[in-house]
Amino acid sequence: MSKLDSKIPAGPLADKWKNHKAHMNLVAPNNRDKIDIIVVGTGLAGGSAAATLAEQGYNVKAFCYQDSPRRAHSIAAQGGINAAKNYQNDGDSVYRLFYDTIKGGDYRAREANVHRLAEVSVNIIDQCVAQGVPFGREYGGQLDNRSFGGTQVKRTFYAKGQTGQQLLLGAYSAMSRQIGKGRIKMYNRHEMMDLVMVDGKARGIIARNLVTGEIERHSAHAVVIASGGYGNVYFLSTNAMGSNVSAAWKIHKKGAYFANPCFVQIHPTCIPVHGTQQSKLTLMSESLRNSGRIWVPKKIEDAQAIREGKLRPENIKEEDRDYYLERRYPAFGNLVPRDVASRAAKERCDAGFGIENNDTKEGVFLDFSTEIMKKGREAATEKNIHNPSEQQIYDLGKKWVEEKYGNLFQMYEKITADDPYVTPMKIYPAVHYTMGGVWVDYNLMSTIPGCFVIGEANFSDHGANRLGASALMQGLADGYFVLPYTIADYLSADIRTGQIPTNSSEFEAAEKEIQDKVNFFLTNKGTHSVDYFHKKLGNVMWNKVGMGRTPEGLAEAIKEIEEIRNDFWKNVKVPGEANGMNTELEKAFRVADFLELGQLMAKDALERKESCGGHFRWDHATPEGEAERDDENYKYVAAWEYKGDDINAEVLHKEELVYENIEVKTRSYK
Amino acid sequence: MSAKKGLNLTLKIWRQKNNKSKGQFETYKISDVSTDSSFLEMLDMLNEQLVNNGSEPVAFDHDCREGICGMCSLYINGRAHGPDTGITTCQLHMRMFKDGETITIEPWRSAAFPVIKDLVVDRSAFDRIMAAGGFVSVNTSGNTLDANAIPVPKEDADKAMDAAACIGCGACVATCKNGSAMLFVGAKVSQFALLPQGRVEAKRRVLNMVKQMDEEGFGNCSNIGACEIECPKGISLENIARMNREFLAAKFTTVD
Ligand SMILES: Cc1cc2nc3c(=O)[nH]c(=O)nc-3n(C[C@H](O)[C@H](O)[C@H](O)COP(=O)(O)OP(=O)(O)OC[C@H]3O[C@@H](n4cnc5c(N)ncnc54)[C@H](O)[C@@H]3O)c2cc1C
Ligand code: SF4
Ligand code: FES
Repeated sequence: MSKLDSKIPAGPLADKWKNHKAHMNLVAPNNRDKIDIIVVGTGLAGGSAAATLAEQGYNVKAFCYQDSPRRAHSIAAQGGINAAKNYQNDGDSVYRLFYDTIKGGDYRAREANVHRLAEVSVNIIDQCVAQGVPFGREYGGQLDNRSFGGTQVKRTFYAKGQTGQQLLLGAYSAMSRQIGKGRIKMYNRHEMMDLVMVDGKARGIIARNLVTGEIERHSAHAVVIASGGYGNVYFLSTNAMGSNVSAAWKIHKKGAYFANPCFVQIHPTCIPVHGTQQSKLTLMSESLRNSGRIWVPKKIEDAQAIREGKLRPENIKEEDRDYYLERRYPAFGNLVPRDVASRAAKERCDAGFGIENNDTKEGVFLDFSTEIMKKGREAATEKNIHNPSEQQIYDLGKKWVEEKYGNLFQMYEKITADDPYVTPMKIYPAVHYTMGGVWVDYNLMSTIPGCFVIGEANFSDHGANRLGASALMQGLADGYFVLPYTIADYLSADIRTGQIPTNSSEFEAAEKEIQDKVNFFLTNKGTHSVDYFHKKLGNVMWNKVGMGRTPEGLAEAIKEIEEIRNDFWKNVKVPGEANGMNTELEKAFRVADFLELGQLMAKDALERKESCGGHFRWDHATPEGEAERDDENYKYVAAWEYKGDDINAEVLHKEELVYENIEVKTRSYK
Repeated sequence: MSAKKGLNLTLKIWRQKNNKSKGQFETYKISDVSTDSSFLEMLDMLNEQLVNNGSEPVAFDHDCREGICGMCSLYINGRAHGPDTGITTCQLHMRMFKDGETITIEPWRSAAFPVIKDLVVDRSAFDRIMAAGGFVSVNTSGNTLDANAIPVPKEDADKAMDAAACIGCGACVATCKNGSAMLFVGAKVSQFALLPQGRVEAKRRVLNMVKQMDEEGFGNCSNIGACEIECPKGISLENIARMNREFLAAKFTTVD
């Protein structure tokens, strides 16, 4: 019997959320301080949720592994956040944002959730502006917008190339206000190690104080997981080094289903890998695709000469460049969605046209020269400069680009030592965002009563792919405007429960289990560091569960990961002590979970015999190499149930996706 | 991989078990560091080497490795975030160093930032300053004015953005011989002072934040400007001046 009840409210799509809100149970203001809520994670999702729940009057305990909530991974988001404001008067609407998001997600997201997201997107911008988020403005004082991949309107709000930072600082300042009032108790440098359940409900967590090493018990009436995505399963990704799956995986082991783990977004515009000492990949914001043109040389000899440093890209003539996105997808050109752009880059590099001088010869150009001259000419006209020289045009254009993307260009130059105003940027796809995550119902509750999951950690809004600027939107929507309502419906039954004691056998057992694992790691007489195993896992994941997948490769991956896992538990070496800061121990716990998740990702990818969004199967491609979806058999959410150590034994449950309001079409960007 | 240069280096690193114990410098050798690696990747290499020898790796703070989270720190050869300008330690690349060089690596040193372990320090004083007033007191209900209801001059929005770009890394404090946090606090005060949304409670904000800053044990600003030079985000001294103006105005017009 499946526990999968999505709890989608009845009624017309546009009224579902409004009606649902009007009919949910509430917790009266005078009862809210009888209720404790734990929020794990202080990114956009957790930070906004913690601030809002505290403001409503609940007692909130918030946890993050960094030294301050302000440093959560959301801080790194560069490009922007979507909202259906239609400030630009280009025909945007709630429906259009909803439609673009469903289509971009390759029809593998839940209609009702996505519509709600589009609805509340409008309030997010109002909220953030009221908090003092300094979004980009036009000279008239109104908010400015840009466009992002996969859409044909300008609906993306931005704060230079630091949008995530500014939105997070907004949420953090709202949190700070509640911390100052004593409404939020903040636990910095604390890691959630396990979920504690009492009578089948989530009632607390075990946390490790990362400074003292102490294992602590924390109880609550509900637990909110906002721990972000799991892209670091690949070792190299654009995620922060500490991003991990542990909180989500621990609740999975306690009964929360894990949905669509194989849906991973590979972002097309990252700086290519430089070598084996690399720890992390850096994203160049997608907003650059508004101004940059992507190309590789038309002639294979030119590509080789560039790799060998014998030819400069600036010296390749226009007619010898292959602007392959503009060629293949004339309607969207450089603004096709990420999965399409990523695969197209891989296709060119596999064919031998890659331009980067690295082991794999992988890289393509992102070129700003056309835009610099175009904007330069526009500026010259505006300034009434007649017959401007080429240099004058270039200078004016450069100034425009600098204003728009200056910090990104600087970041690129610091990393690569190349000046992108002169030489085109080199980019290549990299693992970026995970659309899969813990299965939740319409109220954002997992299959464990009282355990809610928000932000990137859940699966609900993006389907098989995610359009740019929609993750920030989802994080804040969940935290500010959805969870605070839906959690009340659940908590209304708890106003007489009283404080949950932490001396019960359930807390004791959970604590002991963690203590034993700590002891195991520190006494294991292994021979290899944690990173050694993590890199091995990452290698298998990238090569066999990456941009293009085959049934044979996936079957091999499942076996290979299992072998790495077994080897890890035999041979891992973790120096240091339990009673104090021990960064190797932190990593060991996280990699242990990545190893299990990696195996499930491969299993999920093997099971899904179609191509869609971030999941591309070579055995399900059209003759032109485009993704071939199978709606008849795979229009469902794959939700996996944990069945013990053997990941191969996990049981698949299916939530059929019903599209009542839109016609399911083949996604085409031609 | 093509022939890239591999550096051989000597590292003098501050090791300190915890807040209570005394620390000292240890010397390590490391070889074949790619000039394309970042400084933190070089430390990863060292740590891998240490773990393989069964010793404890060097603890250092880091997370995003993109110059934006503000978590990485490190005093490198006597400079906060190392020899390059306008960047954090995670963006510092090994091509800035020469083969055979000795590099000295220390934690931020400031009374208000106690050492936790090795190169990791406690910067939670910054969070307490923020909790004292670094916000606009608006509820998170979303039922506010339409975002375009109050136009903001582009110049103001841009200036507020420049101030808001502070990543809270603490390099300013570490660099200042008085251990002053004025650049950090000035940046936050300025961001809100420049925007219409933050004006209403501007007086209370600056008074409370400055009070908390003093209580945390940060020193005073003596206008030397070392902070501005080492700030990875180019936060300008102008913000300190603006904070001082805001502070004086608030002090003389508020009765408590
Ligand atoms: C480089 C980059 C650029 C991006 N740009 C954009 C963009 O322009 N637009 C857009 O919409 N999206 C963008 N994204 C995606 C977006 O930033 C993320 O999806 C989103 O911020 C995730 O927010 P979150 O709140 O779910 O999680 P996070 O911000 O990842 O927060 C996770 C939190 O959980 C905590 N945590 C994790 N595990 C534990 C544990 N076990 N115990 C305690 N605490 C824990 C962490 O400390 C942290 O506070 C970008 C992502 C990257 C990597
Ligand atoms: S002002 Fe500059 S140096 Fe100081 S904390 Fe902010 S970013 Fe760091
Ligand atoms: S690690 Fe985030 S700024 Fe350096």
